[in-house]
Amino acid sequence: MSDNTKALVDPLVDNNPITLQVLGICSALAVTSNLATALIMCLALTAVTAFSNVGISMIRNHIPGSIRIIVQMTIIASLVIVVDQLLKAFAYDVSKQLSVFVGLIITNCIVMGRAEAFAMKNPPGASFMDGIGNGLGYSIILIAVGVIRELFGSGSLLGIQILEKVNDGGWYVPNGMLLLPPSAFFIIGLLIWGVRTWKRDQVEARDFKIKRLQESEVH
Amino acid sequence: MSEVNENGQEAKGGGLLAMSNDSFAKTIIVAVGLCLFCSILVSAAAVGLRPLQLKNKELDMKKNILQVAELYDEGTSIEVVFDQKIETKIIELSSGEYVDIENPESFDQRKASKDPAESVAIPADLDKAGIRRKATKAPVYLVKENDELKLIILPVHGYGLWSTMYGFLALESDATTVAGINFYDQGETPGLGGEVVNPKWRNLWKGKKVYNTEGEAILALVKGSVTDATANAEYKVDGLAGATLTSVGVTNLIQYWLGREGFAPYLEKIKKERS
Repeated sequence: MSDNTKALVDPLVDNNPITLQVLGICSALAVTSNLATALIMCLALTAVTAFSNVGISMIRNHIPGSIRIIVQMTIIASLVIVVDQLLKAFAYDVSKQLSVFVGLIITNCIVMGRAEAFAMKNPPGASFMDGIGNGLGYSIILIAVGVIRELFGSGSLLGIQILEKVNDGGWYVPNGMLLLPPSAFFIIGLLIWGVRTWKRDQVEARDFKIKRLQESEVH
Repeated sequence: MSEVNENGQEAKGGGLLAMSNDSFAKTIIVAVGLCLFCSILVSAAAVGLRPLQLKNKELDMKKNILQVAELYDEGTSIEVVFDQKIETKIIELSSGEYVDIENPESFDQRKASKDPAESVAIPADLDKAGIRRKATKAPVYLVKENDELKLIILPVHGYGLWSTMYGFLALESDATTVAGINFYDQGETPGLGGEVVNPKWRNLWKGKKVYNTEGEAILALVKGSVTDATANAEYKVDGLAGATLTSVGVTNLIQYWLGREGFAPYLEKIKKERS
């Protein structure tokens, strides 16, 4: 696998920003109550990660170490504002639903993390691929969570009613908890468990070992 | 990205390439250059896209008004229908008189309610809707057919459980029978209070009466469901199951905006004109 392909494919499962690195959880909780907002959020985050990676990578040899983080933040923040403005101009309804969460991409650890860990050391092409890859890795999880939450929480997908709700005269009693942020926590937790059962090497070594006390130590 | 090119060029032109990255001068130059570039990028996006954004906002507002008037149709242009069917007027809330202002459609009630010159604080004992300040003027939207008044659409807002809910209430020409209600901006609990947007629930409002014979706004949400057997059923709407506080909020905002503090003076004038 070439380096660029690896940068693109690796974050999908093997080095997924959500399930392995457990980053970007905050927005994953907030925007997944329906699939449409989750999709737009994925697009926005992927675009920001990819282009901020390229930008940072291109000037990486001229960034003074002392203001490194600020330089990264400035580039990321500018891109996020541009994305937010574009959404307000071209996808007004969705931007209303996403409200502050687009702005909060600035603080999304995935974007900062990739800038610092990858773009500062790699050429623009590979950085772009890495940004897209991580964006897609984030997207896979968000879409999975979004599908589960919207389908069982509101009985619909992308706003199209699939399970007829009792409130509208159907048979399905929606699971209201799935529409609340904590449910995303449970779903993501189960996903992490699933992935780590499938890929045993993702299981982290224990920081502490639980030791059985010796009889003589108990007083 | 182009910000980078700019920096790259700058580096070549000024001989910055050779400079140590950690020197004081280079730190300043990189910081200033980057800030300049980013601010140009951001302001270009903000200024360039502004007309589109404003148009979206206006279209969204018009769409909500058409929806509550049941004139909205997916296929037809919102603007065409709006211009044909709906007349926007601005009124002075306290007197109920029409005010002539230029371009009434661009009047922004939310912005005006934050402007000290255009708004008043609401005394706490009168502030049923929990909104603290209100604009002294308010828009009303009239639907006419052959010059005869059909619907009066009023903007209403008030505090629910988590959020301020913004909506439109449509009244029939008798200024007391509800023709429709629609909330276009709210952040209530999804599935519970968030059901204020449920079309089935909104349909229950049709034909309800706002004012009793004494002219008081008494329309309210009640616990459980309202049937024909319920006493004074025409003044009662089913509360939202599992969302007591949102239901109370809706009751309060309806009673506030249709009361003396809100549109009552205006609606009384309409009633007088009709009789």
